[in-house]
Amino acid sequence: MAKRRPPIDIKAQPGFRGAAYICVILLYIPIIMLMILSLNSGEAVGKFQGVSLRWYATALQNKEFYSAARNTITITVFATIVSTILATLAAIGTTRVKPWRGLGAAFMVINLPLMVPEIITAVATLSFFALLAGALGLNFGIGNLILAHTVFCVPFAYMPIRARLEDMDLTLESAAADLYATPWNAFRRITLPLLVPGIASGGALAFITSFDDFTITQLVAGPGQTTLPLFIWGQTRKPMTPEINAISTILLLVSIVFVASSFAIARRRK
Amino acid sequence: MMPELSRAAAVALAAEQAATSRNRLLTAPALAVITVFGILPLIIIGVYSFLKAAAYGGVVWEFSTDGYLNFLFQRDIFDDSLQFAPDYLIIYLRTLIYSVATTAICLLVGYPTAYYMATRPPAQRNWWVLLITIPFWSNLLVRTLAIMFIIRDEGLINALLIWLRVIDKPITMLYTNFAIMLGLLYSFLPFMVLPLYASLEKLDFRMVEAGHDLYANKRQVLWRIIIPLSMPGIVAGCLLVFIPALGSYVTPLILGGGIHLMIGDLIAQQFGVGRNWPLGSAQALILMAVVLIALYFYVRNTSGQVKHG
Repeated sequence: MAKRRPPIDIKAQPGFRGAAYICVILLYIPIIMLMILSLNSGEAVGKFQGVSLRWYATALQNKEFYSAARNTITITVFATIVSTILATLAAIGTTRVKPWRGLGAAFMVINLPLMVPEIITAVATLSFFALLAGALGLNFGIGNLILAHTVFCVPFAYMPIRARLEDMDLTLESAAADLYATPWNAFRRITLPLLVPGIASGGALAFITSFDDFTITQLVAGPGQTTLPLFIWGQTRKPMTPEINAISTILLLVSIVFVASSFAIARRRK
Repeated sequence: MMPELSRAAAVALAAEQAATSRNRLLTAPALAVITVFGILPLIIIGVYSFLKAAAYGGVVWEFSTDGYLNFLFQRDIFDDSLQFAPDYLIIYLRTLIYSVATTAICLLVGYPTAYYMATRPPAQRNWWVLLITIPFWSNLLVRTLAIMFIIRDEGLINALLIWLRVIDKPITMLYTNFAIMLGLLYSFLPFMVLPLYASLEKLDFRMVEAGHDLYANKRQVLWRIIIPLSMPGIVAGCLLVFIPALGSYVTPLILGGGIHLMIGDLIAQQFGVGRNWPLGSAQALILMAVVLIALYFYVRNTSGQVKHG
């Protein structure tokens, strides 16, 4: 190497690089190991015998897996769409507005689901729907889960949309107003197109949050409302086969795809 | 003076202001949904905590403080007297210790990591952030199961140690305190790194240069300049680890095997097998109180930061 050693890097701190590498390695060993074991051709959940897609085939032929996947997709798609719409409106209402007296409180309410530990939300939602069913005879079926998911997805969708609105160049909006655009037209033709990456990024985060949820779903779900995380949990209660690794890997891959795309969308045009 | 123009401008300004104050109504749908399906349920368990337990789950609408009394005391079956029963209190203390320890160790590992990330060239930084973001958003249940597969008696670590002939019988790690601590650390490490990084990325490194110019060594620069400047990130990261750690449910469920309970499992049990909803509600509210105390210190700390500029 002909490169000259640079003078002392004043930013560097001794040992910090090592810590960073250890941190990443620790975070990835379990995930990568799980993915490798999902390709196992043998029967044992932890003993690798050879590479095959056998357990993916088994999973895809499993009827329970299908019904869990169908429930998950129904809940996640509805919760994502509703929460993203609510979050977009709320983001506009908290950024493109004269400061109003309830603004701080509104902000707190929107972020409330992030501050309450999930287990509390879970038992509270369970009590709420039990009361609705008991006192009013109301039961929305899988709609209960969609409503519960929507609530905790709102803040996750809200954050990137709000960030995008705050970073946006306001001169474009006022130029539109100067050129006699009505507020609605200015929003539709200027603000909304610029906001699309924020909405896409927020929607992706809402999707993962709902897709992966275990705690709240486990307590609120009624019979026949098994989702993929609940299905995996059910599998751990029986003698395990590498099928659980295959299904877990599918879940991890879905998360990774959504995180990576949310990340790419948010970073582009920055 | 151009009165014509200024009047037109005033009209336009008034119209714009009317539009922008009307925008506040856009928050209404989100606020309504969260209030009905998020806040109302919390109020309901608040009420439930002061009711009597029904025999098979649910509540009897009769005022009672049994939920809170049962938290600390047990009623003697013979003479109906209250006896101090610290079982639940011990679980709360254990959870508190786990959460503080998890937060401290995450900070110890996460801070150097976040600092190293923040001092990379911008293009490399994005990759580091993505590397930490992926586990942040990956399924917690699946990640916890992966830990279980590693530390089981037949798991990776034991297999490796036996193969290396370090040991000849597997070490029991699953269903121990060690397993829970490891699971908590692994779950929450990304929650610490990301806010720390966000704060360190904005650090003004001219301050670091100034420190060096004034003959400070690396350690002094770290403790006297970098750490104080990144305090908001440290507080945010600690909070983002501490609060969910207090409410942990999945980790002790899978890695503690129902032997080493944490608050989360205790509460869930009251709504399931134990079937004492008022007691479970009271336990949930006590946990919420601990969280609010932590949030209070956070708000006090951050508003102090603003005051100092």
